[in-house]
Amino acid sequence: MTAPIAVRTNRLTKTYGTKTAVDDLNLTIFDGELFALLGVNGAGKTTTIKMLSCLVAPTSGDATLLGDSIVSNPQAVKAKINVSPQETAVARNLSVRENLELIAGIYGFDRKTSREKANDMIAVFSLEEVADAKAHTLSGGMQRRLSIGMALITDPRILFLDEPTLGLDVLARRELWSVIDRLKGKITIILTTHYMEEAVALSDRIGIMARGRLKAAGTADELMRLAGTDSFEDAFVALATDQEVISR
Amino acid sequence: MSATLVFASRNHKEILRDRLNLMFGIGFPVVLLLLLSAIQANIPVTMFEIGQLTPGIAVFGLSFISLFAGLLIAKDRSTSFLLRLFSSPLTSSNYILGYTVPLIPMAIGQILVCLITAVCLGLDITVHVLTTILVLLPAALLFIGIGLLCGSLLNDKQVGGVCGALLTNLSAWLSGTWFDVRLVGGWFEKLAYALPFARSVEAGRAALAGDYAAIFPHLWIVIAYAAVVLIAAILVFRRRMNGDKT
Repeated sequence: MTAPIAVRTNRLTKTYGTKTAVDDLNLTIFDGELFALLGVNGAGKTTTIKMLSCLVAPTSGDATLLGDSIVSNPQAVKAKINVSPQETAVARNLSVRENLELIAGIYGFDRKTSREKANDMIAVFSLEEVADAKAHTLSGGMQRRLSIGMALITDPRILFLDEPTLGLDVLARRELWSVIDRLKGKITIILTTHYMEEAVALSDRIGIMARGRLKAAGTADELMRLAGTDSFEDAFVALATDQEVISR
Repeated sequence: MSATLVFASRNHKEILRDRLNLMFGIGFPVVLLLLLSAIQANIPVTMFEIGQLTPGIAVFGLSFISLFAGLLIAKDRSTSFLLRLFSSPLTSSNYILGYTVPLIPMAIGQILVCLITAVCLGLDITVHVLTTILVLLPAALLFIGIGLLCGSLLNDKQVGGVCGALLTNLSAWLSGTWFDVRLVGGWFEKLAYALPFARSVEAGRAALAGDYAAIFPHLWIVIAYAAVVLIAAILVFRRRMNGDKT
């Protein structure tokens, strides 16, 4: 049985002047799936995430997230999603606990529930030792974990992770992978990355973007078969540069 | 607690925990008040009498509120923190109230610190002190509005330059606190009275002296400036919020 659809885009396009950042994107992501958008810098991944999370309006086309349109009903979409932006986005002078409670409060949870949920996130992301430390004193890896915790505390049904491990060292990256891996199947996760090994290790399916277009989508094995290569890196290069085949 | 209050509480904490800014913002006007009062004690100058000096220093101190507000918003924008919040269900009025509400008690607190210091230096405690606080409130809103506007338009370094250097100098030189702008005369006097800083100080001085009739028309001009700047700040912030959506 096919899972219900969480995200469906319909000819989603964004242009800035004469530059087309996202071009005629048609994509379906299923509920509970971890879908990775893979591409080089400027491929259109972040613009896609910004449109789906209602931060940027599409120039044309539309997308529905759990049945609500990003164009006609963005407030309903915003209530169901959360985003961990590419740059770590935390309140610098607030403690880890205060940052988490802040986001819970903004999404309408009362003080008691916010505190309980903050404690849960602190445990999930192993932040107990720094729970009362100011966010600006944390390492890059810990700030990123906090940033994702702030996105998860609102119980989003769809979570956007924009380049979650960018700039992290190998150990911090592996720690974050393990956190993301534990979330798989519980909520729908859309992750952008330009690290191929990250996309392969974490995702159920991968979409390859280049120059604003979705070049192909499928599991890592399907994409290698599609490109006729033995390694995923070769498949990525082949699909991102030459072919126009789309598999959904 | 409503989303606005939650956000306002965060902004209140962010500003109060930036101790260097806070100490400078409150400490510097107090030091000036003490210094100029000491000069007045040795070489009497009418302008530096405590009743004349205090409203001027209070208005000058409010320029630091613009700096606090501007830096907070500009830093939120530059660190993607606002990007995260823009994807939440918060509305533009939640943001604007959330940034403005915590600054009002801070501005009143700053005026109070100036007045309490002045009382220690010999200012009589009368009902006029309370009236002065009320009369300086539109000036406080004006400086908050300038901070919101600068924070929405500029990055944090530019806010430091515009609010930290330009505005503090403008509000000092063109307020009539350090010297009587009428003595300079000409275009300088016209410019000073066309801007709201000297008007705020004149209204404050009249209130502190109990000459309530003399508060006007100065106060109307300050209120008009405050309204225009706040509306401009709201429009620019909303434009920023929706900037990429066009």
